[in-house]
Amino acid sequence: MTAQSPFIEIHSVSRVFNGGNGVHDLSIDIPRGSFVVLLGPSGCGKSTTLRLIAGLETADQGLIRIDGKDVTNTPPSKRGLSMVFQSYALFPHLSVAENIIFGLKVRKTDKEEIKTRLAEALSVTGLEGCEDRKPSELSGGQRQRVALARAIVAGHPLCLMDEPLSNLDAKLRHAVRKDIRDLQQRLGITVVYVTHDQTEAMSMADIVILMKDGRIEQAGDPAELYLQPATAFAAGFVGSPPMALLPATALPNDVLPSGFPPKDLTFGIRPEDLNLSTDPASEAWGISATVTGSEFLGAETFVYVAIAGTDGATARLPGRVHISPGTEVSLSWVRAAAHWFDRETGLRHAQATTDIAAQETSQTTEFQTSPSTVSTL
Amino acid sequence: MNEMAQLQKRRLALYGWMLAAPALALMSLFAFYPAIATLWHSLFTRGTTRRPSVFAGLDNYSDLFADPTFWTVASNNLIYAGITIPVSIFFALAMALWANAHIPARSFVRSAYFTPTILPMIAAANLWLFFYTPDLGVIDQITGFFGAEPTNWLGQPETALASIIIVTIWKESGFFMIFYLAALQTIPPDLREAARIEGAGRWTYTRRILLPLLMPTTIFVFVNAMINSVKLIDHLFILTKGGPNNASKLILYWIWEMAFAYFDSPHAAAMTILVLLTLGIVAVIQFRLVEKRTHYR
Repeated sequence: MTAQSPFIEIHSVSRVFNGGNGVHDLSIDIPRGSFVVLLGPSGCGKSTTLRLIAGLETADQGLIRIDGKDVTNTPPSKRGLSMVFQSYALFPHLSVAENIIFGLKVRKTDKEEIKTRLAEALSVTGLEGCEDRKPSELSGGQRQRVALARAIVAGHPLCLMDEPLSNLDAKLRHAVRKDIRDLQQRLGITVVYVTHDQTEAMSMADIVILMKDGRIEQAGDPAELYLQPATAFAAGFVGSPPMALLPATALPNDVLPSGFPPKDLTFGIRPEDLNLSTDPASEAWGISATVTGSEFLGAETFVYVAIAGTDGATARLPGRVHISPGTEVSLSWVRAAAHWFDRETGLRHAQATTDIAAQETSQTTEFQTSPSTVSTL
Repeated sequence: MNEMAQLQKRRLALYGWMLAAPALALMSLFAFYPAIATLWHSLFTRGTTRRPSVFAGLDNYSDLFADPTFWTVASNNLIYAGITIPVSIFFALAMALWANAHIPARSFVRSAYFTPTILPMIAAANLWLFFYTPDLGVIDQITGFFGAEPTNWLGQPETALASIIIVTIWKESGFFMIFYLAALQTIPPDLREAARIEGAGRWTYTRRILLPLLMPTTIFVFVNAMINSVKLIDHLFILTKGGPNNASKLILYWIWEMAFAYFDSPHAAAMTILVLLTLGIVAVIQFRLVEKRTHYR
């Protein structure tokens, strides 16, 4: 094995449950020392994937390798990993210290070593002074840190986390997010992290793996997912508020990429890329919409608009914007900011996207692309 | 002090007493009063038409201690409790662990284990009477198949108490299993997975996580089993009537005998008080000692 080979290799693994959920023919390579987030809605198979890596589920077929060793049928304890559970899974009858060193004791580690490792884990997670308390005497954030301390105390190179922040309040979540990221980088461990919260994924991950229905929808760094969503699903899932997805038939012809029948296209636009004008005459072009409401968030204002023949869209405008519901507005955008997806498959039309950008830069609305060069991703 | 606040406080106290009143009235009528009346009764001699009962102090108690039957019955009951309690708890736990695992026909296994509990003790005793019948009974049929001599299990002093004990364990384990099953279902499966990842095997998990978490249930079951070991004597009426030669006689059966077969109610009352006293002391010790080592959620 060379240093270049992936730390975790999942090779066409399937695990299907009776209900039809699970993962299907999944392949992932995770580099050593990276922070990988499995993102997706509930039931998409992200937790199953994590449990397959942990060994809590056994793959129906396929191969899982960790650090070059085939662990497909290895029990969890022999895989050299630790895990943080959503519920933290702390042993309620044991003190904080006993909880943390449970694994070391089970593995019959030397007493002196247990002591030093415990002290280290306590100081890293800032839990000094809580050693003798029971989990029930701790706050939610402290419990979370005990779970974290238990995960790092053995010094395993791989740590799995299953929605570890979902039981914390919003403010704490933000702080712990940063702590976990710092810890991962300081210890140089590989983290596989499951969440359904795209903000968490975007802010922590080196690599985001977006899943849907037991399959990978898109994998890449957060910027890639945001700027070049591979599918309409990815576009709608990543980003808050989500990208507006409109059927191309609701748009005027001159903003459509040429060479595609509009009924085959879905148009996507990020809220911040949407320009909103109350004076239709001042704009060269635009689609008309009606404001249905707005949300003032301090630094920005979300304006919700209804567009005939669509589910509506959201515009993100800087600062405070006064606009009353019912106002007729005109929407426009820089053409390069538009995303185009196939209506049927949901896949991104890379060609259409570049074409439409080209159309704008050349300022020719009559620009024709010969159909032979058009390809879909 | 604010009058309104005081009024509210008084009203709250009144509510408290009102809520406690029904239970208090029933308990007084059916538990506290009879206990005190029994205590009073145990201090008098047995009255007849010619010799009315007179105050006897602790004479009834000293009579009991002087009676060899008392010591036989007490030691019988000690052996009975000493075996039925731990063994039925052990079986209950084992059955619960098995019936809680993912096995085929799980609900069938559970109801099969629970069946002895549904049967009235009298019916169960009749069933076992058939099992124990010399020569014809199921047990002798089986042992006879291997060439053993027929045994009168209930009819000889050496085996009578043991036979009674087996019936009790058979009857109680399923009942206690239900409590363990309920407790097991409140233990989140995450804990087992966390323990597995930390390298704990089945046995380590059971010993270090499961048993401590089941401790509250174990105490509850233990107290119940102890009370039952004194209280549950229905099967004696069918199986042995305490015989032969008092070999299977338990305390409550003896009290019943004294009070309703020999009409010696003062001695029966004295014995009842002794039982109450012993149970009370044991309960206090149990809760004091065991609670310290128990984790309640």
